[in-house]
Amino acid sequence: MLAAVLDWLADPWAQALGRRALLEVVLLGLAGGALGCWVVFYDLAYSAESLAHALLPGLVVAALLGLPLLLGGAVGLLVAALAVALAGRVEGVGRDTGVAVVVTTLFGLGVLLALSAETPAGLQDLLFGDVLGVSDTDLALAGGLVVVLLGALAVLHPRLLAVGFDRGSARGLGVRAGVVDAALLLLLAGALLVAVQCLGNLLVVAVLVAPASAARLLTRRMAPMLALAGALAVLAGVAGMYLSYHAGTAAGASIALALVASYGVAALARPLLAR
Amino acid sequence: MSLLVADGLAVGYGGAPVLRDVRFAIEPGERVAVLGPNGGGKTTLFRTVLGELVPAEGRLDVHGRCAVVPQTERSRLDFPVSALDVAVMGALSRLPWWRRPGRAERATASAALARVGLADREGTTFGDLSGGQRQRVLVARALVQDAPVLLLDEPFTGLDAASADRLETLMRELAAEGRALLIATHDVEQARAWDRVLCLNGRQVAYGAPAAALTRPVLEATYGTDIVDLECVEHGGHTVVLPAHHHHH
Repeated sequence: MLAAVLDWLADPWAQALGRRALLEVVLLGLAGGALGCWVVFYDLAYSAESLAHALLPGLVVAALLGLPLLLGGAVGLLVAALAVALAGRVEGVGRDTGVAVVVTTLFGLGVLLALSAETPAGLQDLLFGDVLGVSDTDLALAGGLVVVLLGALAVLHPRLLAVGFDRGSARGLGVRAGVVDAALLLLLAGALLVAVQCLGNLLVVAVLVAPASAARLLTRRMAPMLALAGALAVLAGVAGMYLSYHAGTAAGASIALALVASYGVAALARPLLAR
Repeated sequence: MSLLVADGLAVGYGGAPVLRDVRFAIEPGERVAVLGPNGGGKTTLFRTVLGELVPAEGRLDVHGRCAVVPQTERSRLDFPVSALDVAVMGALSRLPWWRRPGRAERATASAALARVGLADREGTTFGDLSGGQRQRVLVARALVQDAPVLLLDEPFTGLDAASADRLETLMRELAAEGRALLIATHDVEQARAWDRVLCLNGRQVAYGAPAAALTRPVLEATYGTDIVDLECVEHGGHTVVLPAHHHHH
């Protein structure tokens, strides 16, 4: 009996492929969980989702030309950011509407390109992620992301706290809200670029929003919230991979579901813990 | 030496000045009520003192640091910060951008919270405090900034009588320690107990000791049609001004 359980637990990691995927998911969970806390408190969830969707044409073009996806994603992000900035200035169109139009246009363009005759198979990987296809470069990038992101969040922490708490008073406290915002957006763009290849264009937002929202329900201070969000994201990532392996479901989608489920568990646990 | 000196000050937002003819000298130890209707220039004056707006004419000399005590409802009550976390934010202005507040800054913040009577509330989440306690946490944050000039933006809004008394006492003590306090308020009666009043309505209507400055013509010029006479016994026959709105932006 015990042996069967142990086998069940160990099987997904028996091959190098599974172990690399595990490492990637752990790294992205740590980065996404921690960054997600600030995304939630700075009301950036919609921006994160928009950016992730809008960089699709960049990824598709890179795949078509045989260029690194990271490069394509970066160009896609730049184009998306510019388009959003321009759309926000069109008179008579609200900011949200402008963003929605730009994102839908770019996403549609990406799908159109991907469905053209000469596209190599693989649109699915761009949309839903390719956890099991993680390369050494991907792992190195994810590792780099974790180091840079956690370092930057540690340095920025007191300023992020001050601006998030009361933006209007930040200047009087010697903190420039615009600089803090820009730094956070830069970190968000970097995290999306790295995570989108593993978790997919449609599902990447789950790792940013779900564990952070779950941790917010269960903690009263920022530092424990960051730690809990990271831990929940890693746990959900691993749970999603078990689900994927044993139930034969798509890895990216299973991980996304497990991430969202972590929020459900937190919502159920909260009244019990509050007693 | 005066902490704040305005001489023929006029300020605007690019167009015509929205506040002009401002002349005053504020000394250490003075509590100055800044009175006026919404849009009368209270916020504009504060922003000029902070250096966010540049005088269009005249000058404003500020000798020493200024710290703001904002209205508590401008901060996010759902934010996961303790009273101590908020007080520590006052130390950021003196740290380079890469430095995190450390033990010394937390000790300063802790002392400031004790100073405002909240030593036992350090670990309480800001949003769980009462309105009066939140206002005092923000005063503590300003004390951590170690500023001789404090700008308080309608600090009594929404406070019950006990909390208001407590804040009033604290303000008297802070002034007695040599600070200058500028307090934006709608409560003319309260202002009578302080050291100076500054009446603004697009221009400076009056500045001086309350007894001399708060005359009926001055109040009419300050509040215009907002003025309401209530000759009731509890107010000792004074003119009571009931402003039309309680918030300015």
